[in-house]
Amino acid sequence: MTVSILIFLPVLAALAVLFFKNETAKHAALFFSVVELAIAGVFLANFKPDASTQFIIDTPWIPQFSIYFDAGIDGISMVMVLLTTLLVPLIILTTYKHQYKNANAFYALILFMQAGMLVVFTALDGFLFYVGWEAALIPIYFICSLWGGENRVRITIKFFIYTFAGSLFMLLGIIFLYIQSPNSNYDLHDLYAAVQSQYITNRQGVVFWAFFLAFAIKMPLFPFHTWQPDTYTEAPSAGTMMLSGIMLKMGVYGCIRWLIPITPMAMVTYQHMVIILAVIGIVYASVIAFTQTDGKRLVAYSSIAHVGLIAAGIFAWNAQGLQGSMVQMLSHGINVVGMFFIWDIISSRLGTRDITKLGGIAKVAPKFAIAFLIIVLGTVALPLTNGFVGEFLLLNSVYQYNIWFAVIAGLTIIFGAVYMLRMYKNVMQGQTNELTATFADVHGSEKIVLCIICVLIISLGIYPQFILHISSAAVENLLHTVKIPGKF
Amino acid sequence: MNTLIVISVLPIVLLYLGLYKMQKALLPVTVIGLLVALGLAVAKWQDAAFAAPEYHGMILFNQFSIAFSAVAIVLTILILLLSKGYFEKISDHIAEYYAIILFSLAGIIVMVSYYNLTMLFIGIEIMSVSLYILAGIKKNDFASNEAALKYFLMGAFSTGFLLFGFTLVYGSTGSFALEGIQKWVLDHNQMPPMLCTGVILILVGLCFKVGVAPFHFWTPDVYEGSPALITAFMSTVSKTASFAAFLRLFSICFPLISNIWSPALVIVAILTLFIGNITALYQQSFKRMLAYSSISHAGYLLFAIVGLGASSANTIFVYATAYSIASIVAFGALILVTQSTGSDSFDSFNGLGKKNPFLALVVTIAMLSLAGIPLTAGFIGKFFTFNLIMRKYLILLAIVAVINAIISIFYYFRVIVAMYFRGEEREEIVVPPYYVFVLGFAALATIVIGVYPQLINGLI
Repeated sequence: MTVSILIFLPVLAALAVLFFKNETAKHAALFFSVVELAIAGVFLANFKPDASTQFIIDTPWIPQFSIYFDAGIDGISMVMVLLTTLLVPLIILTTYKHQYKNANAFYALILFMQAGMLVVFTALDGFLFYVGWEAALIPIYFICSLWGGENRVRITIKFFIYTFAGSLFMLLGIIFLYIQSPNSNYDLHDLYAAVQSQYITNRQGVVFWAFFLAFAIKMPLFPFHTWQPDTYTEAPSAGTMMLSGIMLKMGVYGCIRWLIPITPMAMVTYQHMVIILAVIGIVYASVIAFTQTDGKRLVAYSSIAHVGLIAAGIFAWNAQGLQGSMVQMLSHGINVVGMFFIWDIISSRLGTRDITKLGGIAKVAPKFAIAFLIIVLGTVALPLTNGFVGEFLLLNSVYQYNIWFAVIAGLTIIFGAVYMLRMYKNVMQGQTNELTATFADVHGSEKIVLCIICVLIISLGIYPQFILHISSAAVENLLHTVKIPGKF
Repeated sequence: MNTLIVISVLPIVLLYLGLYKMQKALLPVTVIGLLVALGLAVAKWQDAAFAAPEYHGMILFNQFSIAFSAVAIVLTILILLLSKGYFEKISDHIAEYYAIILFSLAGIIVMVSYYNLTMLFIGIEIMSVSLYILAGIKKNDFASNEAALKYFLMGAFSTGFLLFGFTLVYGSTGSFALEGIQKWVLDHNQMPPMLCTGVILILVGLCFKVGVAPFHFWTPDVYEGSPALITAFMSTVSKTASFAAFLRLFSICFPLISNIWSPALVIVAILTLFIGNITALYQQSFKRMLAYSSISHAGYLLFAIVGLGASSANTIFVYATAYSIASIVAFGALILVTQSTGSDSFDSFNGLGKKNPFLALVVTIAMLSLAGIPLTAGFIGKFFTFNLIMRKYLILLAIVAVINAIISIFYYFRVIVAMYFRGEEREEIVVPPYYVFVLGFAALATIVIGVYPQLINGLI
């Protein structure tokens, strides 16, 4: 059993879905994504939670350039695979109430994007990683600009150029590594070994920046975030969920897997700067989020703040930070999908996302109110919700690095609580007005999605050990292999 | 060699067919003839690994030549298939079209297999003279006449440079044979100024031929003025062959003295990328955009010569193939769209995605490939060129290349945006079966090469 099943099933599924008509395409896409989740479940059941990389596929792809189709799953990848395979069926289910034009193309693109992201999360070869990275970008470009809001064309091209620019620099970095690597290949573990044996010592800074740019834009880290709020707002909600729920984790994952282990010396040099950027991003995004009246935009900014904390935790480079980031990536994925779904429901019923115009929905839609509340609490990291574990570990990690950074970064929890609860209050509580009086409560597929999300939020909050257990050996191993000079 | 003979005899046969008014037989005969030529070339593949120069060292038909001949022949077949019903609309003398295109192809075969400067010159001239005629073949069209005249003047001018360079190189090395020049350069430590001047003049001449900045001024006007199919031929087949010829000369004769010409070429490449891409941004006409985009692709192709090494030939082969098949799709679609709307501006693509999903899809694939997006052939080509220059640690050049790749997104995606996101009522274009075949084949090849480049990579 190799990871190739996991990668190629969505590709085949995407091709198959193209041949279905609108309504059936929807069901087919859901079916295939659930199958994919089941397969991921089988992988998880067979996964040994040690530090090894499992289910490896390794066949020559372009032999002249020593490029291999080399992919496998270790603890860190496993969490990301779970995140991807879990969220995609949920996201497809959230679209059940929508009637997209050319639905078959829409769902095919989503499945194709899933394949690209799974490649990113499992690739052990630099070239493959890059191909997956871009293969995930093209579908989301089309999803956003074909099914997005009014200004979609201009904004999506901005998003595309931004991320494409970042990834091209990463491509240069990958080629640079290839030229320097002792065995002249793109193999990740060879690169790790080469770095540790001091083979690649000079110009680590160049490689660092080449990769960092790509990852920072994708996450997005302040000040590379300017594409994000617009794109999140304009994209169709399924696209926004794919972007924020899964795609931004590609940047975080890239930092853990590629950037820091391959350029440890440059990382020591720039670590301080990156963490400062991350902390600035946290405060900045929180403050902006506070002033937003558009619900989707508010969530977009809160997402920047959350990712900032994840980045800070990773760049502090210790066990808590990495473990925290694993949990937080999963939690953030679930919460943000829930949050965008909430706004999708509101805007598709009422035609507006303006917080100031809403109010009193809790009175007319109690089930909706409960789900909304649980998701809000998960996002603001209340203990016993999934957000808490991750943020706690991440803050702990930043604290170990520098206490003042931790203090400032800790504001994210307070800020988050302030703007999230304020949003909840404005939307759900108070008196109903003309607009919200006829708000229909959730039913059917909406109820299923919200139910699953709420269960996940609470169960992961109570028993995070499930995730920590999968990734802990791999994280320890990574910390052990990658010796940061002057630190350990 | 047999390939060359077949391709030289074929146009004469075609002219006779034209004489006896057998218009219907033209295309089948041409295609069959070309397939025979292709078969003859490919059959020699195994032996060609150890090929020796023939005809007193005039020609060396090795795997390099076979690969480039094959690509030129296949591209020509694709272009000729698109010509069904196209030439009839603009002229009565159809046989001449086929004949002249094939004469040009004969020159191209010489250009990719020469082993002596005189043969290179003859090849270039056979190709160019045919192209001068083709550019002006719409006799009553003002733009077409302008294109032919401009092309002829510029071509003659550049040939002057080239010849002068050849003479100077001959003057210092005493040989026209590539081997002779190579040996002379190997034996001597000090390069006389005459040789250096000669090399630079040859460089200038060849830069004119491949249309890179600052020697590119003829390209947009000629490409715009010529009939679209001829433009397709010029910007794919003849450009590929010119680069192959360029590479063969410099990789055999002058690799040791790259310090003389390589700085100049780096500057030419940077200029080409910026001028090609930035000017392409401002075009309103799709055809003119393709002209400028072909200039910028010539810039990327130059990287293979700047980063001269063992894999340069392979890089040019893969890049040129990828670029050419994508361009053929673009030109094919352009012809259809122009016929239907009477305009070749970006706006004439508006709403194509709704009415002609197939056409829109293949054009999208072509544009993605030209922009160098992974899983298309264009990306593999771009990856190889980046690899070459990174090997020489020309990081600054690589960064310039990346910036230009980003700029190019704007104008390639403009087409995609027009097709899918600018909803406009338009009539459905009837896509003839020949077009479906050629465009579908080219788009499929783009994807297949992008996913599994091993198919054409590593041949040479």
